[in-house]
Amino acid sequence: MISALTVLLIFQLIGEVLARSLDLPVPGPVIGMLLLFLALLLRGGPGDGLRTTGQNLLQHLSLLFVPAGTGIMVHLHRVADEWPALLLSLLISTLATLVVTALAMKLCQRAAHPGDSQ
Amino acid sequence: MTPRINEIWVYLSASPLLGLTITLLAYQGAFWIYQRSGSNPLANPVLIAVTALVGFLTLTATSYETYFAGAQFVHFLLGPATVALAIPLYTQFRRVRAMLLPVVVGLLAGSLTAVLSAVLVGRLFGASLSTQLSLAPKSVTTPIAMGIAERIGGIPSLTAVLVIVTGIIGAVGARYVFDAMKLRDPAIRGFAIGIASHGIGTARAFQVNEQSGAFAALAMGLNGALTALLVPLLAGWLTAA
Repeated sequence: MISALTVLLIFQLIGEVLARSLDLPVPGPVIGMLLLFLALLLRGGPGDGLRTTGQNLLQHLSLLFVPAGTGIMVHLHRVADEWPALLLSLLISTLATLVVTALAMKLCQRAAHPGDSQ
Repeated sequence: MTPRINEIWVYLSASPLLGLTITLLAYQGAFWIYQRSGSNPLANPVLIAVTALVGFLTLTATSYETYFAGAQFVHFLLGPATVALAIPLYTQFRRVRAMLLPVVVGLLAGSLTAVLSAVLVGRLFGASLSTQLSLAPKSVTTPIAMGIAERIGGIPSLTAVLVIVTGIIGAVGARYVFDAMKLRDPAIRGFAIGIASHGIGTARAFQVNEQSGAFAALAMGLNGALTALLVPLLAGWLTAA
């Protein structure tokens, strides 16, 4: 587990250094993810340790958003003032994004394979 | 006895131990409720844990800064967890390659919809300009969204909150939307949830199905990169229009 965590942190570190030195708009961890993905392709997959640690970490991904989410208490004033606009915007936009993305993919897939029913 | 308890409280509220422990406790409680509900999306663990924590901090008059001094250790793991998303992505790579065209088309359509609809609906219902700009990157993962908000003149910490709420709406609503659309393909369901609601949607997708989770992770990564390029380009037009 320690060696797997070290691997993840090293890739995150390389990602951060690249993002900052090249002034990329994409955050370090995302670059780290792409680099690790490339490394896995080259190496032919993760070892058992990395696979297990990755699974453990991702199984409770929800937990990791809790501290940032609790930050809503700092913005209760603005939220109280503008809540109808905020709520409607988030609701409509998120549901529209789900529908548009799924429809676009479904239509595209159907165009590519006209014989399939699903 | 009471002064003793006060002393202990003063010590605890100044140490990171309390913030860290209550974060884990709130999440474990929330996850227990989520499982007891039969993984009902309405019992989203992030939503329940955040509500409990805001309630607790307000009742004990603890500031968010004090809480975050402890909770930052959990928050920090978002970085390595993002890197770890490469692993399911690798496992599902063959399926992803087979769906390259739908993935590219879905990414472009979904990414544009997420940004434009958020800003335009916000404007329609009278959100201030800084709120509109904070809304623009709401569908991408927190660190990317905060960076974009800062660049275009939004409020990064407000964006962080809007991102979380968006994630919860997507994680809660996706199943009902897809069922209404009669959409069963776990790859498309996962990809759409990842575009619309980043890591929180991805977390939910992993709880339902590994393939959905991998496609959600892919979508989240791609959407983060595209939105980071797109929103600064659109921002001038959005503020002028």
